[in-house]
Amino acid sequence: MGQVVQYIRSYLSSDQTPGAAGNMFWALVYIMLVFGGLSVAVIAMNWLERKILAHMQVRLGPMRVGPHGLLQPIADAIKLLLKEDIMPAEADGVVFWMAPFIVVLAAFTVFVVVPFGPTHAITDMNIGILFMLGVSSLSVLGIVMAGWASNSHYPLIGALRSSAQMVSYEVAMGLAVVSAILMTSLNAEGTGTLSMIGIVQAQQAQGEWFIFKFFPLGLIAFFIFAVAMVAETNRAPFDLAEAESELTAGFHTEYSGFRWSLFFLAEYSAMIAVSSIAVTLWLGGWLRPFPNLLNSSTWDLVFSLFPGVTFLLFAAMCFYNAVRMPKHPLFRIQTIGLAGFGVVLGLIGLVLFLPAVSMRVQDIFWFAAKVAGFMYLYIWYRGTFPRYRFDQLMQMGWKVLLPMGLGVLILTAGVALLQQRIWHP
Amino acid sequence: MPDEIKSPSASPAGEPKPTADQPAVSGGVKAADSGSVPSDSTVPAANAPSAKSEVPAKAASAAPATPPAAKPAAAAKAPVPTPVAWNSPMVAKLTSSYGSGIEPLTYAGQNYMVVDRSLIPELLQVLRNEEGFDYCVDITAVHYLQREKQFDVIWVLYSFARNERIRVKTQIRDGETLPTSVPIWTGANWLEREVYDMFGIKFDGHPDMKRILLPDGWKGHPLRKDYGILQQDNEWVQINLGIESGQ
Amino acid sequence: MIDPNSSLSHLDLETPEKPFLDANELVINMGPQHPATHGVLRVILRLDGEKVLGLECVIGYLHRGVEKIGEHRTYTMFNPYVDRMDYVAAVSNGLGYCETVEKLLNVEAPPRAQHVRVILTELNRIASHQLWLGTHALDIGAITPLFYTFRDREEILKIYEKYCGARLTTHAFRIGGLQYETYSGFEKEVKNFLTFFRPKIDEYEELLTTNRIWVERTKNVGIISGKDCIALGVTGPVLRASGVKWDLRKAQPYANYKNFDFDIPIGQNGDTYDRYLVRVAEMRQSVRIIEQAVEALPEGPIMAKVPKVMKPAAGEVYHSIEAPKGELGYFIVSDGSTQPYRVRVRPPSFVNLQALDVMCRGQLVADVIAVIGTLDIVLGEVDR
Repeated sequence: MGQVVQYIRSYLSSDQTPGAAGNMFWALVYIMLVFGGLSVAVIAMNWLERKILAHMQVRLGPMRVGPHGLLQPIADAIKLLLKEDIMPAEADGVVFWMAPFIVVLAAFTVFVVVPFGPTHAITDMNIGILFMLGVSSLSVLGIVMAGWASNSHYPLIGALRSSAQMVSYEVAMGLAVVSAILMTSLNAEGTGTLSMIGIVQAQQAQGEWFIFKFFPLGLIAFFIFAVAMVAETNRAPFDLAEAESELTAGFHTEYSGFRWSLFFLAEYSAMIAVSSIAVTLWLGGWLRPFPNLLNSSTWDLVFSLFPGVTFLLFAAMCFYNAVRMPKHPLFRIQTIGLAGFGVVLGLIGLVLFLPAVSMRVQDIFWFAAKVAGFMYLYIWYRGTFPRYRFDQLMQMGWKVLLPMGLGVLILTAGVALLQQRIWHP
Repeated sequence: MPDEIKSPSASPAGEPKPTADQPAVSGGVKAADSGSVPSDSTVPAANAPSAKSEVPAKAASAAPATPPAAKPAAAAKAPVPTPVAWNSPMVAKLTSSYGSGIEPLTYAGQNYMVVDRSLIPELLQVLRNEEGFDYCVDITAVHYLQREKQFDVIWVLYSFARNERIRVKTQIRDGETLPTSVPIWTGANWLEREVYDMFGIKFDGHPDMKRILLPDGWKGHPLRKDYGILQQDNEWVQINLGIESGQ
Repeated sequence: MIDPNSSLSHLDLETPEKPFLDANELVINMGPQHPATHGVLRVILRLDGEKVLGLECVIGYLHRGVEKIGEHRTYTMFNPYVDRMDYVAAVSNGLGYCETVEKLLNVEAPPRAQHVRVILTELNRIASHQLWLGTHALDIGAITPLFYTFRDREEILKIYEKYCGARLTTHAFRIGGLQYETYSGFEKEVKNFLTFFRPKIDEYEELLTTNRIWVERTKNVGIISGKDCIALGVTGPVLRASGVKWDLRKAQPYANYKNFDFDIPIGQNGDTYDRYLVRVAEMRQSVRIIEQAVEALPEGPIMAKVPKVMKPAAGEVYHSIEAPKGELGYFIVSDGSTQPYRVRVRPPSFVNLQALDVMCRGQLVADVIAVIGTLDIVLGEVDR
């Protein structure tokens, strides 16, 4: 027992990611944590999307399964697992079978390099961002396979749209990413980095998030990325690949049950993945707001309270709604459940106030909070925008975003060069 | 509810009915040109079903569906409005060029002309191009089983310029075809297809003369009067359920 | 197969001569089960990539033989059937039918009945346009307006429910007038609805009218000229959006529309965006009409003297009204018996649907959806 504690302690004091340290055991623990956390995030996202969208649309959303529909995602998951798995008779079996796995694999593998904190990443690759872009574009392969293997017209058109869309927007996306990476090289040595952790550390060292760097160049690059990432993940208003009213469900029309839920899982984890890239590149990753301006120990303490306070707020919301529940005996279980959920959240919040925990968890909290902001944007887009038409989408990708990305890249490079020369005359 | 309803299963062909274009004119008073209330004042106003409501304002909640004076026989006694001749410059022009082939009439304030079948394509063309009837509202048919010329085919036309609506009516035999009016009004396409589907009247030169509402393999043309409404149903249950009748 | 130069040859259609790159044409079947075909419409699309080379509508999946039923029911018994044709505008259908039979019987509904008819019919026009707007926006990908319009449509349905007990297929009118006197507080509720509804139209417009994506998706999509509209017999908002100022309520006033002051909104380009604007403007005009009708609602009987057993004199009558979707006509032939000898319904959706081919050629698959939505068809009425 003592040895185990010792072992954990020794790890906690290390300042390396398990991958970088070559520690197999901790890497496995991290992988499990990340994938477990990701699944929880997808489930939470599912519920949140339905609730937030519902409230934007003057309706209540799920209200039946559990208090305020909290158990709805679980009920859905069970339903999907138990559903009959249908494969069209004319489908190409192997490809049909492989497609969802490739999509899920691509979406999940990306998280290997996502840094939730200076040491909270499975590994820190020196080509981190390249790896991320490369692996996440693999998902288009899965989508094309799904569309082709279904042997049906709608999925085929959906897959064609999807692949064309992803390929086009990746170019603009890449240009925006490169202009952010250029900014990492603005240090004394003049060497940039592709490592995800290195990019955040560069923002820390330079004292500003890259979104504000060379204003407005960083902002424009961020904007390009923010548009392209919605297109990359096939979400509204760029959800042409699965445009319900046109192609029924696009490339996954013929999928059902568990296979379909894999596509669903992949879509949401891809959303989280691209948001993570955006957060890492432009919004300072795990850094809390104003780390340079408000860097006294008092401010450190104040900001370390945020995670605990957030959970306490969630808990308070639960209690408030538990009190507002109808006082009918039939609602007893729901009320108790909601209050219980509040208690759990409150306890988590209290634990987060422990100094040892809060210092460790802060990075993860700020990272997750920024990603959650993007997730909210995704839902908001969906509630507001009609869908683009395919030619308009292509036009925007190639005629607007691509020239913009090129311009921003050239300007950023020029300004960076100028600054380097002034720095080292 | 009316207490005098026919059994829905009664064969529609079973009883002779006066045809609409040749109504019985027994003792009918010639209606005014507008086709409105006849000026025959011998009938008490309350007895005439066609009288406009001149009843003083009663309690608004009184059940209005049962006017106390309305007798079932009142309809038979009331003067029957009949079609009267329709006079207008356009009609005069048309009759002068086509002669007796056109019989222009007015009924209930609505103008129509009964036209000989041989005049049909030409007259429709003239109506559209020269008289400005640029909107083909509807094409439909009526089946009269007893007549020798079994079908009335009716074009409802409207002119945007004159804000005038007329009907052109022709009579054809069963099996006889009509020239299509799709080249005249593109919109006639589906309307003619529906007439074919429902009555079996073919239109020569139509680009796509096939059924529109019913499946291609359907037997018969349902809006003909000799098409019993139970026939299809019984056939189906006989084949599929092995019983005599579905009713 | 579709002959591209068949029926519409004299309309100038831009049909691509040959598929791009000599690729094979893709024929896909949209419907009868498809989220965006508004029921059981089946459209066979010939595609070159995503470009529509031509299409053919297959209809009749909802055919119930309403016209044949009419020949076997008395005039009164057939009245509820007409509600089932255009079920989102059942009141308009009932109005058209009742007025036609009244013409045949040579009676006229008393003024109070006429006013109530106008109020309910215009409410129905708003409800129909609301449903159209919600589903049309949904087809184009904006899911939110649907819930806004349904929320407000509910208020209209509540008025119907209170008036006659039904929400959708109301059977609100009787031949000769109305069966029911209005309930107490009817005027107040209608007025309340108007004050409630006016800002809501602005709300819809806020969501869509200046929405960049909405404008891009609808402008210059599914253009049809006024000339083509007339040639095809297309009526209603589609015709008006193409710049033809023609509305039966003005052109040949029925009921007592001539007593009310309202405008006919028209568009210029005849594209999907104009049709959207025209329908939204029509909702505003309907509000105006209802307002005047409620203000001037006269006292008096609600039922004209009609015989208990209706036996109209032998003769035939065509009468049409401006339904929310276009000209809705009834052609009834009487043989002097209690049952119509022939009932013909001239449904606006059926005739308007013919224009789909003209409006979609050369456009993309996504536009076909937009055009089906903008035509505002109800398959119950197309197939009857």
